[in-house]
Amino acid sequence: MKLKALTAMAALLVAPAAFAGGADDDTLVINGEIEMTTKADAPEHMEGTGIDQVISGWHFRADETQQIQMDDFENQGMIFVDQAINTWNTAEGSAGQSCADCHNDPESMAGVTATYPKWNEDAGEVRTVQMQVNDCRVNRMGAEPWPYDAAPAINMEALIASQSRGMPVDVAIDGPAAETWEQGKDIYYTRYGQLELACASCHEENYGNYIRADHLSQGQINGFPTYRLKNAKLNGAHSRFKGCVRDTRAETFATGSPEFVALELYVKSRGNGLSVEGPSVRN
Amino acid sequence: MRLTAITMAVALSAGMAVADTVAPTQVTYGEYGAIETSLSGQVGDAERGRELMIARGKGNCIACHAVEALSDAPFHGEVGPPLDAVGSYRSPAELRGIVANAKMTFPETVMPAFYKTTGFIRPGDGYTGKAAEGELDPILTAQEIEDVVAFLMTLQGS
Ligand code: HEC
Ligand code: HEC
Repeated sequence: MKLKALTAMAALLVAPAAFAGGADDDTLVINGEIEMTTKADAPEHMEGTGIDQVISGWHFRADETQQIQMDDFENQGMIFVDQAINTWNTAEGSAGQSCADCHNDPESMAGVTATYPKWNEDAGEVRTVQMQVNDCRVNRMGAEPWPYDAAPAINMEALIASQSRGMPVDVAIDGPAAETWEQGKDIYYTRYGQLELACASCHEENYGNYIRADHLSQGQINGFPTYRLKNAKLNGAHSRFKGCVRDTRAETFATGSPEFVALELYVKSRGNGLSVEGPSVRN
Repeated sequence: MRLTAITMAVALSAGMAVADTVAPTQVTYGEYGAIETSLSGQVGDAERGRELMIARGKGNCIACHAVEALSDAPFHGEVGPPLDAVGSYRSPAELRGIVANAKMTFPETVMPAFYKTTGFIRPGDGYTGKAAEGELDPILTAQEIEDVVAFLMTLQGS
């Protein structure tokens, strides 16, 4: 009786597929040709976290949402990638140059997203893709920097990410990047806000569980930027972090802030071994 | 029966002064995290407690707990244990302590403290993402804690 009632409730209240289901066993192949590694052995640095397999957020979404990401004609994130191709070829700023003038085709960006955020020796800092793009805009093109995660910046980040699709995430966490990585790790485990929840409370201790209507994933960013059906645009990792921190009733950090740059490096490193998927599709 | 309880609670809250309310910073927790006496000095209203359990931005307890008696409200989470019989094996004092500050009962738990106003890292102004201004209010008032406890006591399993 009790079991029956519970089952009925599950069917009624939760997305029918995966009550307590965790990640599903589907396979992600894009356009029938790019095979994605969506589950991988956890990188060494995650020893002691209780996670021995890292899993793409794709596995936690409903079948219909998953499908959209499997075909570039359905993946509306690709519309923004196309827009960014125009931007790539358009000269801007006082130097009268475009991205293409220095970098030729966008294909030259293959591998970039797999290894960013990355230590920049000249600048003496860890840089995200958006920071690097703005460096080119300001110092080479004589153009205005784009505001962090704003449409032109996130669309360009998606164009760059799409050149690495299928390549394994492989960010360096040692050497000069180590300090920033540690800072990001501290943030990941800090219980912020009036609800006193850390990233780890939801994405390490509770992935696979539902929290109200949301099926918690590991909070990986190998799929970023992400096209969300909810707001019909591309979303950056920092904007997602911001939303998650806000939901703990906390004062968030700003997109592009040193804290979120450090957090991006740390979270990205938890996905070392997963394929770059950006732009992915989420609800 | 239900109506009587509500009427009684209303009559009580109208009559009694706020002076009997224990402030969030003044709460005494027992060794295992229980709180022996009513935080508001009044009895709880289970019907109001029911609403608080469901309301986002208030208890939103079903975000983490499945409760059969609340199955008319959509989407119950799995982060915490189901609460269907919790009133049969927990005392009101234990439940009051768990709802007010579960970390006194379960150290390190992910369950938020609903009657606590200090000791947070970067507390926000509700769900705006902005910094909190001035003193924080607890997520639930003293009376609301009592209401939730009263509802939990109705959960006796099947
Ligand atoms: C109160 C619970 C909670 C906390 C705390 C939380 N998140 Fe999330 N997060 C969610 C939910 C719910 C989603 C949407 C479902 C999903 O993808 O897990 C989400 C999604 C994400 C995603 C998108 C994953 C994808 O594949 O699209 C990332 C990245 C993420 N969170 C990172 C973080 C980081 C970093 C922190 C800490 C700064 C954090 N989250 C804190 C609940 C939380
Ligand atoms: C973010 C998740 C979360 C929220 C929100 C939450 N809880 Fe919990 N709750 C938990 C977890 C997890 C436990 C298990 C204790 C532990 O961590 O070991 C728990 C334990 C409990 C228990 C003890 C159950 C037992 O079997 O002894 C009660 C009672 C309870 N919660 C009531 C509530 C009420 C009432 C609310 C809302 C006012 C609430 N919870 C909100 C996560 C949550």
